[in-house]
Amino acid sequence: MSHDASPARTSGGTAPNRTPLIVLAWAWVGLPFLYGVYSLVLKVPALF
Amino acid sequence: MAGGFFDRSSIVAPPGWSRWLVPPAALAVHLAIGQAYAWSILKQGLIDAEDLSGTATALPFQLAIVMLGLSAAVFGTQVERRGPRWAMFVATICFSSGFLISALGVATGQFWLVVVGYGFVGGIGLGIGYISPVSTLMKWFADRPGMATGIAIMGFGGGALVAQPLSNGLLSAFGRTSGGVASTFLVMGIAYGVFMSLGWLLVRVPADDWRPPNAPAASEEKADTGPAVSATEALKTPQFWLLWVILCFNVTAGIGLLEKAEPLYREYFGQASAGQQLTSAVAAFVAILSLANMLGRFVWSSTSDIVGRKNIYRLYLGVGALLYVVILLMGNSNKVIFLIAALFILSFYGAGFATIPAYLKDLFGTYQVGAIHGRLLTAWSAAGVLGPLIVNSIVEAQGPEGTGPSRYVVSFSIMIALLVIGFIANELIRPVDRKHYVGDAERDRTATTEGASR
Repeated sequence: MSHDASPARTSGGTAPNRTPLIVLAWAWVGLPFLYGVYSLVLKVPALF
Repeated sequence: MAGGFFDRSSIVAPPGWSRWLVPPAALAVHLAIGQAYAWSILKQGLIDAEDLSGTATALPFQLAIVMLGLSAAVFGTQVERRGPRWAMFVATICFSSGFLISALGVATGQFWLVVVGYGFVGGIGLGIGYISPVSTLMKWFADRPGMATGIAIMGFGGGALVAQPLSNGLLSAFGRTSGGVASTFLVMGIAYGVFMSLGWLLVRVPADDWRPPNAPAASEEKADTGPAVSATEALKTPQFWLLWVILCFNVTAGIGLLEKAEPLYREYFGQASAGQQLTSAVAAFVAILSLANMLGRFVWSSTSDIVGRKNIYRLYLGVGALLYVVILLMGNSNKVIFLIAALFILSFYGAGFATIPAYLKDLFGTYQVGAIHGRLLTAWSAAGVLGPLIVNSIVEAQGPEGTGPSRYVVSFSIMIALLVIGFIANELIRPVDRKHYVGDAERDRTATTEGASR
């Protein structure tokens, strides 16, 4: 995903590593979502 | 709130910012406001605690959906002008406050406060929140707009999946009394306020010189020749109204199935099982439809980036109509085929929502696509009335005479007709005439204003 980042336009210095922020942000929304999907999937076998 | 922290100029992505941080910001809002689809759980809590009727407790939800369409249409231009942080912040405040006002209403026995809080104030949060990330996502993912909006709008479908266990857990913990329901609203208001805050804290707009990977450099790109139609001008084009018909009828066809999922399954397969087994199977059927609705938003919308928007709507509308024909012809003779057809219809229903922003972008450009999207969502409000009206009135009009699959022949035939009309409308769509594009001066002025603000 690094090639998807904004270009580093500052003179000198490197852009900060955003990977921890990406992981945290996706976990923030992903974990509740996956829990919801999991709760839903548990009901499905009753159909068959 | 004008200027400063909430202004568009404050959220221009710094060097090294990843565009993959934008979908979680959008999801933080959409997963929260998607709670609306799980209103039935809070509704039941209100019925148990306050001894209110089903009709009365449906009011907050109905008003919220009406306000969703209205506020998206009314505030669309404002959202476009002020930017996604402002919009997400307002959505957070409104949606969260809606729960808090409702908590006060339940605690004091003033049900009208629940209607005003959840329905009116919360509904404004739904509308502004729904459109808040759309144009930003499409600017970051100009190479994959269908996938980007598919992720966000899948979040709206998935919001109910998060809210169901949350609402049930809170009601079980606090009890189905006035105090318990008020506490449930209070905790949900605070929790959603915190959860949604990731959105307005994290969202960024791309810098002027940012381009998606493998896109032509700014100097090579003829950015000033693509479509750029204002929201006001879009209403004067046949393309807008054709898309309105497509969205309205596609949604109506999906709601036709979704609205009656529970009685439909009982009518079709109720004789094969009974009691607790049937209850569990019905719950599973509703669950699997929700899953298809949600996954369709991401899968089909992402596919539209490859096959094109017109082709994907041919699939939603054309194959959707054929699947309704299959259900009509097969009746309850084959459960597996019935399930497959129902799942695909619901996946097309969800996908219709998710793909429409990218279709709008193709036709009108990103200039005011969020505002145009907001106006188009009035089709959703219309479908929300039309779908249940068709299915309920026709099925109920048949009374006790019609039983089993035969009860649905007329309503499903109407759904097929609506999908065919939608299919024809899709065939009639052509690129927007250049006379509707904003002038070069306006493009330059917008570019200069945005550039200066950065």
